[in-house]
Amino acid sequence: MATFEYAPAPESRSAVTLRASYGLFVNGEFVDGRGTPFTTTDPATEEVLAEVAEADERDVDDAVKAARRAHTRVWSRMSGSERGKYLFRIARLVQERAREIAVLETLDNGKPIKEARDVDVPTAAAHFFYYAGWADKLEHAGLGTSPASLGVAGQVIPWNFPFLMLAWKVAPALAAGNTVVLKPAETTPLTALLFAEICQQADLPPGVVNIVTGAGATGHAVVAHDDVDKVAFTGSTEVGKAIARSVAGTGKKVTLELGGKAANIVYDDAPVDQAVEGIVDGIFFNQGHVCCAGSRLLVQESVAEEVLERLKRRMATLRVGDPLDKNTDVGAINSPEQLGRIQELVGVGEAEGAERWSVPCELPAKGSWFAPTLFTGVSQAHRIAREEIFGPVLSVLTFRTPQEAVAKANNTPYGLSAGVWSDKGSRILWTAARLRAGVVWSNTFNKFDPASPFGGYQESGYGREGGRHGLAPYLKGSER
Amino acid sequence: MTRADVRKTYKLYLGGAFPRSESGRSYAVEDAKGRFWAHASRASRKDARDAVVAARKAFDGWSGRTAYNRGQVVYRVAEVLESRRDQFEAELRTAEGITTSRARTYVDAAVDRLVWYAGWSDKLAQVVGGANPVSGPYLNHSAPEPTGVVAVVAPAGPLLGLVSVVAPVIATGNTCVVIASQPHPLTAITLAEVMATSDVPGGVVNVLTGPQDEIAPWLASHMDVNAIDLTGVEDPEAARNLEIAAADNLKRVRRPAAEDWLATPGLDRMTDFLETKTVWHPMGL
Repeated sequence: MATFEYAPAPESRSAVTLRASYGLFVNGEFVDGRGTPFTTTDPATEEVLAEVAEADERDVDDAVKAARRAHTRVWSRMSGSERGKYLFRIARLVQERAREIAVLETLDNGKPIKEARDVDVPTAAAHFFYYAGWADKLEHAGLGTSPASLGVAGQVIPWNFPFLMLAWKVAPALAAGNTVVLKPAETTPLTALLFAEICQQADLPPGVVNIVTGAGATGHAVVAHDDVDKVAFTGSTEVGKAIARSVAGTGKKVTLELGGKAANIVYDDAPVDQAVEGIVDGIFFNQGHVCCAGSRLLVQESVAEEVLERLKRRMATLRVGDPLDKNTDVGAINSPEQLGRIQELVGVGEAEGAERWSVPCELPAKGSWFAPTLFTGVSQAHRIAREEIFGPVLSVLTFRTPQEAVAKANNTPYGLSAGVWSDKGSRILWTAARLRAGVVWSNTFNKFDPASPFGGYQESGYGREGGRHGLAPYLKGSER
Repeated sequence: MTRADVRKTYKLYLGGAFPRSESGRSYAVEDAKGRFWAHASRASRKDARDAVVAARKAFDGWSGRTAYNRGQVVYRVAEVLESRRDQFEAELRTAEGITTSRARTYVDAAVDRLVWYAGWSDKLAQVVGGANPVSGPYLNHSAPEPTGVVAVVAPAGPLLGLVSVVAPVIATGNTCVVIASQPHPLTAITLAEVMATSDVPGGVVNVLTGPQDEIAPWLASHMDVNAIDLTGVEDPEAARNLEIAAADNLKRVRRPAAEDWLATPGLDRMTDFLETKTVWHPMGL
């Protein structure tokens, strides 16, 4: 078959002006950190993008104090309609600077520009719009008649969707009248610092949003701070458990959005081409750096061969490479450390006897890269079927009956998401009802919307983000 | 000649049966005047684990019932409790030394609480779930589901607090393992007799009597328990340790707080032990 090569279509970097170094954002100002500055790099090129301040405990304390002052004196006293207007402003500014945010996200994270541009940034703006409208309607949210803000929210977000996760955390917190101290991930701090500028441009009162950069120690200082009333964390289950332990007995409210090992169930009557697209989107979107990724494909035995053949054919067309190229489907792995974890688990998969198939593609010589990969002959006991790989690696298992599909899907300590593919509505509903997962995508996958609650069962954490349900964790006197 | 009364042997309530503790232990329970009243079983770690097994086994069936049916069963508990009011009043008077009218208030409130929660079982999904207006051609809705097996440390007091913490957990489809009040375990077992004769399937409610500090840590760290209600834990340090243990599998935790058991509850005793499931489906021709 003749193939035509795509011409390169790089997005211009000129939308972004990088500073040589970035400070912390505390009380409306950029300030120096007292910790040891670190650098953030483009994982696709290994280019150092900027130096970033590290917040130590004293810096975090300053940020919490600023947030407390802003909460007591300004933000919690302000009427909901006024608060809402600030959030609308922020939403508009995010739209106006969308291109800049998307390019900066791609540079710092390694994700394809088309994902940053078409998914992350518009969805982040939509979150601010959505929650802006809640700010003056809290008493109508069905969460009690006089919901009140909690105070200062300490929020720690991951590197896979840096700007979108910021929006998920900041928008409902502010709408409910809380102020925030947010720590972005060590490897992807830049769009959060750009967001600090947006807060300045929106004339958001000083201290309402504070951003402290750093690694695990900084995050610990945020969640462990005595004067933080609410902890929100998205990240690994391991860190989530540590946070759950550290807030024990403190009375702090906590929500945790943790790992997942989602089953994507394909029945024999599924629309195969659509299912294949859903499988690809489920595991290769964002290089598989997705907590709700469909990393376990459960395909009915009678169609397994056909699905796998079409899946491999489709995977072979994925374009891996320069994240700034608009034709790129799969970008860079976020960090050498993450690449190492993926390689280790893939090695374990091979050692345990599963059969590996990777897309034959040329990977760039520099940077962190991993070719889209699937494993067949996977059993439920294999580590690649149990542990979150957080990379573009799919484990394929088969089943014979719907009961077996459900049993295998639920055979995990996680419970964040699941997918079901079938042409038969009643079978979809039967399956969805039995899946122990917070989000079930039927004949689709990886869909997000600010109006739609998201969050997990079991070890995928507790609490929901998005929708009306996303307000409750930020209010007292509230009943979910 | 006066008749010697036939005294009751109070046992555990596990999987719908009333076994003694596998450990063979018991402890003496006193009435309000400090006199020996009866022996209660002193549950062991093994009993706690058996109770979790029973609760897990019952979960699929109970959570799979219609909300209407669960409401009927919880209402049936209220009916049977109502019919045994005199017995409970007498037990409360003996246990707490309170007046007849006070005892009646508690029994009435316990019956009414069951009726209140019975009515919630088929309404909560409409109140805390619903359609999500997403920006795209999808049918998207969220509905609450029970979180699974809930360990409940019941508050001190023989009846009302216990009913107030158990009813919301089971009305919403969870199953539970309850540690009864250590000084007042006997009424909990009498309440278990009510459950056992009220169409509550075996294993939906399991009642352990014995020292809280001996049993609770095993439930808090049990990997097949999905949530823990620490209402009855009075020592803050113990509550903290149980919460830490609960983090091992990220149990949902309800922390202790002062509560007025006679007041009408909010929804939080139900929603604390519910998950929200959101289902997406495309719409189109």
